[in-house]
Amino acid sequence: MAVVGVLALQGSFNEHIAALRRLGVKGVEIRKPEQLLTVNSLIIPGGESTTMAKLAEAFNLFPALREFVQMGKPVWGTCAGLIFLANEATGQKTGGQELVGGLDCTVHRNFFGSQIQSFETELLVPELVSKEGGPETFRGVFIRAPGILNVGPDVQVLADYPVPSDQVLSSDSSVEGKKENAEEANKVIVAVRQGNILATAFHPELTADTRWHSYFLKMGSLVEKEASSSIVPEQVTQVSTSFKQPLQHDLPIFQ
Amino acid sequence: MEGSGVVTVYGNGALTETTKKSSPFSVKVGLAQMLRGGVIMDVVNAEQARIAEEAGACAVMALERVPADIRAQGGVARMSDPQLIKEIKQAVTIPVMAKARIGHFVEAQILEAIGIDYVDESEVLTLADEDNHINKHNFRIPFVCGCRNLGEALRRIREGAAMIRTKGEAGTGNIIEAVRHVRSVLGDIRVLANMDDDEVFTFSKKIAAPYDLVMQTKQLGRLPVVQFAAGGVATPADAALMMQLGCDGVFVGSGVFKSGDPAKRARAIVQAVTHYSDPEVLAEVSCGLGEAMVGLNLTDHNVERFANRSE
Repeated sequence: MAVVGVLALQGSFNEHIAALRRLGVKGVEIRKPEQLLTVNSLIIPGGESTTMAKLAEAFNLFPALREFVQMGKPVWGTCAGLIFLANEATGQKTGGQELVGGLDCTVHRNFFGSQIQSFETELLVPELVSKEGGPETFRGVFIRAPGILNVGPDVQVLADYPVPSDQVLSSDSSVEGKKENAEEANKVIVAVRQGNILATAFHPELTADTRWHSYFLKMGSLVEKEASSSIVPEQVTQVSTSFKQPLQHDLPIFQ
Repeated sequence: MEGSGVVTVYGNGALTETTKKSSPFSVKVGLAQMLRGGVIMDVVNAEQARIAEEAGACAVMALERVPADIRAQGGVARMSDPQLIKEIKQAVTIPVMAKARIGHFVEAQILEAIGIDYVDESEVLTLADEDNHINKHNFRIPFVCGCRNLGEALRRIREGAAMIRTKGEAGTGNIIEAVRHVRSVLGDIRVLANMDDDEVFTFSKKIAAPYDLVMQTKQLGRLPVVQFAAGGVATPADAALMMQLGCDGVFVGSGVFKSGDPAKRARAIVQAVTHYSDPEVLAEVSCGLGEAMVGLNLTDHNVERFANRSE
């Protein structure tokens, strides 16, 4: 059975692996460039995007990640992962941060403001429902979430969220450009797909609903069929010097 | 107060989502889950906050004095000046936490009003209430609280804490207490996991924790919220030790900015937490970090035990 790589630099990688386990799929932690060769699809989890970027830079992961995305292998970014995959990000820290890119859109980091503006809501997800069935809506958990300001022509919008134009502004007035966007759009894009790149601003890994994971896995199986005869990558020694891996127990899912 | 005499009902009014007044527990725990596998650093000004962010800290804790200085200077330690916290908040894009005194719910209200991301109800500051902690259900911002053992952790969670850290012994650069507390919590959970269901009632009474949370912990095999290590982490090895013992992440207080080369040490600790089970990486990042913070020996009678200030 296929294994899915989960970038395990920092953040909610355990939650993604737990969600994959509920679907009977094994998720493996990816921390080094050579480990990327052992998987055919990758999830970039939520977390702090600056932290993840710093760590990816320190361990020279960016070239490998870019290559992975360019090869057309399925990649899914949630929250911080969305920022990673975007071609352009605004509202970054002083000096900016390195991105993987590949997804033709502009993302605003912390679009929804700080923790006090974090929320959960029922999102309308027609595309997901048409593929996976289930209820009309998906419980979107937004934690200091980014928003997608605009997308290129090849990008399919899977979900958006109405923004009361006064709500966003109060959070951070220092960020220019946000105001106009919030007012003219009044809707911010929170889930997109471009080819084999999937990105969500919210955290499906924090809910019991595994439809996004199953949607992503299907993207993976399509590619596998096409390239089934391709060379099986040599099993890189899984850096098994690991001394003590504490038994992973999953956190409960709060409804 | 509303519903006087009624035991708190969780998820109370969850359907009135649009009021935006309530913040569901899932959202509070959610941020802590996003911090997993990361390092949270104590900073006293915007400049240090930038160094921490550049090093890859997943959040910063805004303080007036780091614990080592609180120990050295004595006196009453209070919440930081909100102006300072605002400056730090403006300097960085990562989450900003701040400390409030135990039981001082007005300090927590002020921190909520300035839009801080997480409040640490901390024993490092002087106590405001010897008996009661803040009722953290009343707030929309999430709280992190310290603990020395399982009972204390579950009492804090019942009060509404969305994240738990060990108390350790802040400002000493001595990891022994943090190890003791992590081992105590996780050891008790292992005992609990193997316990007969009939024995859980008495066990709950013994550790003075609410039965339902004890039972939930037993079923999960872990605390129901994110658990970080704190208090005495000074080197990358200390941080990796905490991770290998089973913590979800690490707080570093005085360990970074009381050392010879803060930027380098901060980066090394962040990398050590990500690669905690890979001794080769740990060896590499531990090299040439300059002087570590001065440590305190806990057998010294002049050293006050912050951890014993609250139950």
